[in-house]
Amino acid sequence: MDQDTEAIKIRTNSPNSGILDKFRQLAAFREFILLLVIIAFAIIMALSSPIFLTRLNIEAILLALSVEATIAVGMVILLISGGLDLSVGSTLAFVGVVTGLALTAGAGTVPSILIGLLAALGVGLINGSLVAKLKINPFITTLGTMITIRGLLLILAQGRAVLNLPKSFTVIGQGRLFGIQYPIFILLILVIGGDQLLRNSRFFRQSYYIGGNENAARLSGINVDLVKIFNYCLVAFLAGIAGLMITARFGSSSLTVGSGIELRVITACIIGGASLSGGEGSVLGAFLGALFMGMLANALNLLGVDVYYQSFITGLILILAVVFDVLNERRKASRK
Amino acid sequence: MQAVDNVSFDLQRGEILALVGENGAGKSTLVQMLAGVQRPEAGEIYLEDEVVDFYSAYDALHAGISIVFQELSLIDGLSIAENIFANRQPVGRLNNIQWRQLYGKTRELLDRFDLELEPTTPVKRLSMGKHQILEILKAISTDPKILILDEPTSSLTEAEAVDLFENIRKLQNEGMSFIYITHKLGEVFELADRVMVMRDGKYVASQPVGEVTESDLVAMMVGREINDMFGATDYTAFSPEEYFKVEGFSRKGYFQDVTFGLQRGEILGLAGLIGAGRTEIARSIIGIDPKDSGNIWLEGCVIEIKNPQEAIDSGVAYLTEDRKGQGLFLDMSVLENLIAPVLRKFANRFGFLVRSAINENVEERIAAFDITTSSTNQKLFNLSGGNQQKCMIAMWMGIQPKVTIFDEPTRGVDVGARSDIYRKIRQLAKSGTGIIMISSELPELLGICDRILVIHNGQITGEVLRDEFSEELIMEYAAGIKNHTIH
Repeated sequence: MDQDTEAIKIRTNSPNSGILDKFRQLAAFREFILLLVIIAFAIIMALSSPIFLTRLNIEAILLALSVEATIAVGMVILLISGGLDLSVGSTLAFVGVVTGLALTAGAGTVPSILIGLLAALGVGLINGSLVAKLKINPFITTLGTMITIRGLLLILAQGRAVLNLPKSFTVIGQGRLFGIQYPIFILLILVIGGDQLLRNSRFFRQSYYIGGNENAARLSGINVDLVKIFNYCLVAFLAGIAGLMITARFGSSSLTVGSGIELRVITACIIGGASLSGGEGSVLGAFLGALFMGMLANALNLLGVDVYYQSFITGLILILAVVFDVLNERRKASRK
Repeated sequence: MQAVDNVSFDLQRGEILALVGENGAGKSTLVQMLAGVQRPEAGEIYLEDEVVDFYSAYDALHAGISIVFQELSLIDGLSIAENIFANRQPVGRLNNIQWRQLYGKTRELLDRFDLELEPTTPVKRLSMGKHQILEILKAISTDPKILILDEPTSSLTEAEAVDLFENIRKLQNEGMSFIYITHKLGEVFELADRVMVMRDGKYVASQPVGEVTESDLVAMMVGREINDMFGATDYTAFSPEEYFKVEGFSRKGYFQDVTFGLQRGEILGLAGLIGAGRTEIARSIIGIDPKDSGNIWLEGCVIEIKNPQEAIDSGVAYLTEDRKGQGLFLDMSVLENLIAPVLRKFANRFGFLVRSAINENVEERIAAFDITTSSTNQKLFNLSGGNQQKCMIAMWMGIQPKVTIFDEPTRGVDVGARSDIYRKIRQLAKSGTGIIMISSELPELLGICDRILVIHNGQITGEVLRDEFSEELIMEYAAGIKNHTIH
């Protein structure tokens, strides 16, 4: 035991003057460390490939990760509240098919989009109700809906992709504002807005309490079931948005799109500081986690590394991030 | 600072040595070294005049020193027999478990302690109290020379504790020696032959139980005299009319027809055995558990409480007995804990939290409730039990309650921090809040309450006013021997 156990009375303002102190404070945040890693990575890449820092390549990276990162915004909030959703990939494809079918049936662009998003909310509501009200384990619940929804969309589409979607719809995925593709805009709005909400809004903060100690949250007057159901609906809704973006970009509803995306999204969240046991994480962290994974994939491409290495390296990084967390916790604990 | 610093003591065959001291005094570390769980940096252990050196708990077990931890080590899905003989099951030639022999040996052990349990029952079907007793049986089944018990009665009912003491004495007569760690000083006098006090990792004293008083022990543990632990009632805070009332409260299987009133400034105790229904009544009052019938009155009006949020809105605070499991967010900061029940209060019209208001309010409360923490960002699991309890009080005082229900507010709290908590409760009463205090420690209720209601089997069996307070009377009501409602 050392000085740290010496209980010091609270200081009202703790002016940490030195730059080193500031740095130490910042280093306690996962987002900061991740940002440093990303910057270092970008510098190395810029030096080794002339294409890396071109506008076209940056756009390609962001566009490629827009789908994962959009879902990650919802997933990280769900993870914080102690939940988990494996069905986001199926939901994504489901929304694409439902919207595609509605469009080809002549329902008009806006109604078709609304129908698609409603379908997503339906999945979220089912997941949320089963988990919150019937207290079924989230892993099992969403594993069930993941398989069921994938089956349902195959039935709906009769096993065929929905092709030739109208221009009024595909513009969502292909159009540009100020020369930047819409999906990138949507993503940035979601990340900045989501981060602010999760940091500062009363409703979203409740997720931290639920993930921290569900019983105590209940006694503190938090409507635990409501927040949980909301979170499942939110992640499903964002999976729906991602489904619309990807369907619009390709101009067709694919039946296999989104397979395996749930694990990549969860990986991004955990690299970004979330924990499967809840109570920890941030939207910014999840975004940076996704960005890191996106950059890595891009870099391996540019450097001409075999695509098979990508999964191998991503897995290694996930393990490293978790090991880093465990060691960090231990170091902090041993100082106590 | 060292967790244990240069401690020497001895233990006779067949002796029960009580080991007392505040949290962090080094009791657990000391006994863990005796049991081979931790290794001492210096010093020697002599067992029957021979130096012994333990590298693991297994070594100690072989030498005849067995320890029962506070944290339970039972595996829920396995049977009583498999738990007691975990990893020591009798096996046949092919290393296959001899079930019949296993169950036979278990039954012998259960019979020896007059437990009417089946060896094949999975432990998840048993109460917490039974878990604790099985844990002790598990230790005894190795036939130790010395058995170390670390607060064994913390989750036992009164009756189970009495049984346990009887069994300990039985084993004592067979020549087993005990080191008995406890926070309940009453147990020291009831059970032990000798008591040893530790403070700040150091040995303070060891004396035969007959030669010390309870206040001597407290003074030795805390290192200073504590006078006037409980304080006195301020009757000027009382309002003449009834302030809060629970009327005809019933929940099938838990409690029936509970009716009682509470005045402003009054501290009303709820006494009774564990499982009598006191916590359940409180939980139904604040709407976390349902009720079948009954009304709540506050300041002359009936109020409707259907969930904890409505209890908070009405000004009824409930501080749970299960601080770690249900009361606090241990992985979160002091600040986040203190604002948990009042998030709404700090949200602006768009639902965003106003940081400046939060910081100011939290710092005020940290000062007002003497919480010792290095910063508002300190995670709660880094604080001591007493400080955590103060955090929970500060957390709930944030709602500015009209009525506060304390459920076992001093469980697992040091003697020194206890007097702080009593003082806070007094202050709160003085400010005009009505207080309901649930406690299983009679001396505490007798010390601080203005009136005590006794619950037996989900019903109020007695009401005792301050001038007729006596432990015997309350125990009679609590055991259901006496019932003043049936005259």
